[in-house]
Amino acid sequence: MAHEAVIGLECHIQLRTRGKMFCGCPAEFGAAPDANVCPVCLGLPGALPRANHAAVEAALRLGLALGCTIREESVFARKHYFYPDLPKNYQITQYDRPLCLGGSLPVGEASAERRFALERIHLEEDTGKSSHPVRAGDRRFSLVDFNRAGVPLLELVTQPVFREPAECAAFLTALRRLLRWLDVSDADMEKGQLRCDANVSLRPVGVAALGVKTELKNLNSIRGVEKGLAAEIIRQLRLLDAGSLVEQATLLYDVEHDRLAVMRSKEDAHDYRYFPEPDLPVLRVEGAALDALRAGLPEPPWARAARLVAHCGLSARDASVLCEQRELADYYEACAAVAEARLSANWVMTEVLRVLRESAGSILDFSARVPASRLGGLVARVAAREIPGPLAKQVFAWMLEEEGGVEELLDRHGVRAMGAAADLRPLVLEVLGEHEAAVAQVLAGNSRTLDFLVGQVMKKSRGQASPQVVHELFAAELARRAAGAAPRRAPGSAP
Amino acid sequence: MTGRELWRLPARGLATAVRTGECTALEAVSAGWKGPAALWEGDVRAIAHSEPEARAAGAGAAPHGPLAGVPVVVKDNLCTRDYPTTCCSRMLAGYQPPYDATVVRRLREAGGVISGKGNMDEFAMGSSTEFSCYGPTRNPYDLARVPGGSSGGPAAAVAYGLAPLALGSDTGGSVRQPAAFCGVIGLKPTYGRLSRYGLVAFASSLDQVGIFGRHAGDVALLYALLAGPDPLDATSRPGPPPDVSGWDGGVEGLRFGWPANLWREGVDAEVVAGLDEAATWLERAGARRVPFDFLPGEYAVAAYYLVATAEASSNLARFDGVRYGHRAPESPDLHALYTRSRSAGFGAEVQRRILLGTYVLSAGYYDEYYITAQRARARIRREHEAAFSRCDLLLMPAAPTLPFRLGEKLDDPLAMYLSDIFTLGANLAGIPALSAPVTPAAGGLPRAVQMLGPDDGEGLLLRAARALEVQGERARLERSHEVEFTWPTKR
Repeated sequence: MAHEAVIGLECHIQLRTRGKMFCGCPAEFGAAPDANVCPVCLGLPGALPRANHAAVEAALRLGLALGCTIREESVFARKHYFYPDLPKNYQITQYDRPLCLGGSLPVGEASAERRFALERIHLEEDTGKSSHPVRAGDRRFSLVDFNRAGVPLLELVTQPVFREPAECAAFLTALRRLLRWLDVSDADMEKGQLRCDANVSLRPVGVAALGVKTELKNLNSIRGVEKGLAAEIIRQLRLLDAGSLVEQATLLYDVEHDRLAVMRSKEDAHDYRYFPEPDLPVLRVEGAALDALRAGLPEPPWARAARLVAHCGLSARDASVLCEQRELADYYEACAAVAEARLSANWVMTEVLRVLRESAGSILDFSARVPASRLGGLVARVAAREIPGPLAKQVFAWMLEEEGGVEELLDRHGVRAMGAAADLRPLVLEVLGEHEAAVAQVLAGNSRTLDFLVGQVMKKSRGQASPQVVHELFAAELARRAAGAAPRRAPGSAP
Repeated sequence: MTGRELWRLPARGLATAVRTGECTALEAVSAGWKGPAALWEGDVRAIAHSEPEARAAGAGAAPHGPLAGVPVVVKDNLCTRDYPTTCCSRMLAGYQPPYDATVVRRLREAGGVISGKGNMDEFAMGSSTEFSCYGPTRNPYDLARVPGGSSGGPAAAVAYGLAPLALGSDTGGSVRQPAAFCGVIGLKPTYGRLSRYGLVAFASSLDQVGIFGRHAGDVALLYALLAGPDPLDATSRPGPPPDVSGWDGGVEGLRFGWPANLWREGVDAEVVAGLDEAATWLERAGARRVPFDFLPGEYAVAAYYLVATAEASSNLARFDGVRYGHRAPESPDLHALYTRSRSAGFGAEVQRRILLGTYVLSAGYYDEYYITAQRARARIRREHEAAFSRCDLLLMPAAPTLPFRLGEKLDDPLAMYLSDIFTLGANLAGIPALSAPVTPAAGGLPRAVQMLGPDDGEGLLLRAARALEVQGERARLERSHEVEFTWPTKR
């Protein structure tokens, strides 16, 4: 019997706020252990939580961008379990009344866009970080660092809408882009800023009911999500093919060894004893505040890509590359405001992205060196054929190292751009005079020889001529001669 | 200072004496320890932690402010950076917080000095102060009897003269009932008016810091200094707190509800006689009695114990021996560390309530218990609101009995829980309430009444408490604002 997989994702997103979720401690990554703690995030007796409005706003920005329904009144709840990295032995989270409901994330290029439906997004606090075991003599113990305890987290839960692990990978890539686009999170999976659990079950194709699901935890890279899910789907398929049943369980995936291990089975399932957090009032979101947030949202990446296709004539592919990152799209659009849109896109995608790749730098650093208006000035000259392509690349290289506009750079390097026909005609005539045999061949229909003649002009111009313009000049001149109006006629040529 | 004993002075008078240089802050703070404590403390055991050095340091830092040099006993569940804060539990033996509770900070900023940390039922769970890991506190009016609880230590200390004021916490009557048993005034403010930041939580939605005093004016003074929003407590009530400066303004025209149906049965005759007396006094002062039947939900006790234990089971989860507090030695694994530390650290009553609360919140029971209790609670609040459409405040017993004997209810948790029957309504409704003494019962045991007000009705309650003080036949007016307190006599 053919089976299909049904997958839902649960993503944990560390917010990029300065402070923690329920106290004023810094939420930064990488401080000395227990450097960023206070009575609240340590869960000391008597300490009380207070909601960080910056975190609520970040959650709302994401919810609005994803088209979620925002609850006017959402409720924090306590989720209880005992673990040393959970200071209060309960986590403050949201349960039956989360901040955001529904919504969807568009994934893929404009032409092949798919929307994956979401269940909910809610706010919660992160736990401390355990490291274990540590050895001291013959004793083994665990260490807990509470810097992470109380860092704001969003939990985003999708509906069970995925059928293939690759779809999940594409979803996560799109989610990561959006989180950075909105400045909600740095979403670095290596640093645990974006974490993902997956629920997966199999069912016979054509059946609507869901099968028994398992949960995969610790999928700490997009590749890990894809590989872990593939491994789990194969495991479940084998069980079903062998006539056995899948048992509800939580599994850990070890991406290095491509191995799955059962963390706990259904019998050990926790009763989290959720109840409304009595230390925090209902979280109220005012309509006016929501409108202000909505107005301040950047155009989402998918809408921006669609606009670039519609208004700038870019291909869906190019638009999607330029909208990988908001700052890159900003850079592109600033460049395209000065120069032709498609040529700008080519320059940003080939030259700028190449430099970023080679230097492993950010677009912001790059833009500090070569502002978009500066690159736009160059591209505009190229578009106007005032600067030939090869020379333009040389100018671009100078731009990376030196100050100054296009003219200034050319002057400094003693180069004169010869894009104009008037500049090039003398050279063309010179070459025509020096290579009469070749001219005759061209007139006889040998177009390769024309390339040779163009090359001679390029050489004379020391690369500063525009090959296209030179071509056009030759074509015009030769056509004139072929028509018999040539003042000098090469011997042996056709009349 | 000669001529009068400093420890007998109301807080206002004592602060004035310090500010004018009549005595030093250290003399003001030490007076209670040198005089009455020498006589009483050995028997009463009101204080769990006395740190003479911290007291001296506090007095040295506090010669200014409206409470300059006034000693205040602070219940042992309010965090203090210079005294241990143990909730009188083995679980927190030796624990000293790195911060002051907001009310403690405001107390110090006003010039107040902590006189000592008051004994209490472990984690504020109890009605007799018998469940303290340091042993029981006794009632100074009869050492064979309990001072009430859970804030029995602060109540007894104020009663015998250690300090004119004390801070307690009131989750279901833990300030008003011991105040009644010890013959002092006990105020539980409107929920959210005194910050809970730094109050070790028992039941967050019911807990409220409360004030003990011998005089209505002193209670008003301390309330005005402590009340108000706290950015560190998200449940603190926004907006300015009620103005209590009119505490001596009289009760002319005030309507007090007289729900006599509440004490038709199950209430001691002495308590009922005290209610009659209070009503007569209030009427004599110009107030009007409004009799009506009041049924504040027959399920109040059940609703209260469901909500309180549920929240307690969650709030007390953090005491696990991992980061602070009692840790069982040589536990072979994490589970053993938790169970051994908690089994040894918590006393029987605390464990009983954690188990009850865990059960209340368990899957499959949550709706039946917790949700039902919340519905009952909402109804109880509505019923109180309805009552306040007919009267300005409600007069009723603070407790169904006079102070009972030590050990009398130790083996009967239900009987102990029922001693809160008249007080827990105000916690469920979130409204302010106050207990104030009337003439002692035959045999000299303190007797008191309770008054409940609408949200932010603290001013009304204090005016009524003042009226009782002034009208009381026991009261001899020394000065217009000063009523002589009836002191216990040692026997």
